[in-house]
Amino acid sequence: MVKKLSFFLFMKGIRMATLLVAICFIFFLLVKNSPIDPVQAYIGADMLNVGPEQRAKIAAYWGLDQPVGVQFMNWGSAILSGDLGTSMIYRRPVADIIGERFINSLVLMLTAWVLSGVIGFILGVVAAMKKGTWLDRLIKGYCYTLASTPTFWMGLLVLIVFAVWLKWFPVGMGVPAGVLAEDVTLLDRIKHLILPAITLSILGVANVALHTRQKMIDVLQSDYILFARARGERGIVLFWRHGLRNVALPAITLQFAAFSELFGGAVLAEQVFSYPGLGQATVEAGVRGDVPLLLGLVIFSTLFVFIGNLIADLIYLVLDPRMRGGNRYAFYSRRKK
Amino acid sequence: MLSTPEEKNKQPLLNQRRRMLLTIVIAALFLLSIILGGLLLDEGRITTNLTERNAPPSFDHLFGTDWLGRDMFARTIMGLSLSIGVGLLGATGSALIALVLGMAAASMGKIADRLISWIIDLFLSVPHLVTLILIAFTLGGGFKGIVVGLMLTHWPSLARVVRAEVLQVRSAEYVQMSKQMGKPRWWIALHHILPHISPQILIGFMLLFPHVILHEAAVTFLGLGLSPHEPAIGIILSESMKYLSSGMWWLAFFPGLCLLIVVRTFDQIGEYLRVMLDPTRAHE
Repeated sequence: MVKKLSFFLFMKGIRMATLLVAICFIFFLLVKNSPIDPVQAYIGADMLNVGPEQRAKIAAYWGLDQPVGVQFMNWGSAILSGDLGTSMIYRRPVADIIGERFINSLVLMLTAWVLSGVIGFILGVVAAMKKGTWLDRLIKGYCYTLASTPTFWMGLLVLIVFAVWLKWFPVGMGVPAGVLAEDVTLLDRIKHLILPAITLSILGVANVALHTRQKMIDVLQSDYILFARARGERGIVLFWRHGLRNVALPAITLQFAAFSELFGGAVLAEQVFSYPGLGQATVEAGVRGDVPLLLGLVIFSTLFVFIGNLIADLIYLVLDPRMRGGNRYAFYSRRKK
Repeated sequence: MLSTPEEKNKQPLLNQRRRMLLTIVIAALFLLSIILGGLLLDEGRITTNLTERNAPPSFDHLFGTDWLGRDMFARTIMGLSLSIGVGLLGATGSALIALVLGMAAASMGKIADRLISWIIDLFLSVPHLVTLILIAFTLGGGFKGIVVGLMLTHWPSLARVVRAEVLQVRSAEYVQMSKQMGKPRWWIALHHILPHISPQILIGFMLLFPHVILHEAAVTFLGLGLSPHEPAIGIILSESMKYLSSGMWWLAFFPGLCLLIVVRTFDQIGEYLRVMLDPTRAHE
């Protein structure tokens, strides 16, 4: 078991490394061929004061006159040693900014992740247990509609209803405006967190609920449920004894595998609510052309998604008794559906 | 489920298949009318009209007017037809990439298969939206950036489907026979495999559409997509953010709702097509 697990982790690690190197290389080529001139971007408003000789000096100092391969190696070795460069917008090391923003985003994403997972799971189970009734149709319709709802529009609606009409929450900003950083209380932070978290949860429900519903319907058609029903078990007891453990695993796995959508949703929600997280930083880096920050965020989000998928695979491997002793191709087939 | 026997025996006016066909036709007409509406509405409808600023919805202006007195209904329809256009380009490009790579993966040997699977993993390992931002950024934003970005980000899942499908067809007896008879590979691909997977491509294309439109609107909303002078839904919504706190809810509500309806319509057409074209799901 342990041997198999470590082999699995080792293979995954290699895969991750190749993917990361490829992403860095593609990113490097893209930026290299993009219309943005790094010297120009660095000089910015001081354009008139900088002559062509100085430009050439800056280019030489940065190694821009060397061939592309050499440039990539230089840059890659800097990244491997942990130096992601300095953000052009914030004039601070990229790693610092990502670390700081990640805490904010983590709180937001974790809240939304847990909420949407739990609510979606419950909705899915209820829909399956009441299959064919108006409740099932209601939940299904709700989920299908949510799947086509633009995240940012949902954010705007939530903002209109709760912040503008009901005035329960402030409009935007991660912390109150005009207050010193030390004076921001935990309550303030929570207050600013609620709306984006609600938005993300409302939308995140759909996937889990539909998936759980399908799984639960499969389970309910099985022989052991028929037998349990014949013994007279019904409703919650039936679900608790025979349903929960069979349906919980796929749902949890799905939630972990959905880190990619979660990140995408967070980008939009953070933008709507001006929440100072990773997503907002990504947008700013993109709009204002901050290459080092953008690259750092791409690498980071890749790692984030990868860890989510890894956990999803590991959960299957470790928790599902059917996976023990089976060949290791079994969990690849799961993903192909 | 709970119907009485009499109800069960009653023949409905339309059977399920006919009902689906009818829905598809109505949905297609609806979408077509939006596209035509967007093309036919002249620019005069969205010129600034300072006497009618910030008007809430009324019969004159169904969706109200904005802070420049532009009619929101006209802007929304134009935005939607633009979105559908961009979505068409993006989804077509994605479907083509998926078709080529999926077929290549399944028929060009083991190394090609490994390589393409790896590329698929590569694209799936970065969040879609981040990839889109990245591509739009490096291409300098604008129409080209967003279309190329959409094409390059939406193909992986469809490519997997195509690959699996081609692998299945390739092992079929008539293909083996054809091979024995000495037909060249490209001939088999063109005459046996392509016709077989074309329904899958069509369905995949229709199901890609909603995603493409939503992502286009999202990236435009973030300020990296279409230029602010275009009447795109993303632009309308991001502009409306400035005016929400003064209570002008209609600026955001109606355009978003229309986008939702259009996306949902596409989704529904795709779902129904899948049920109708896929024999294994025909009973649903």
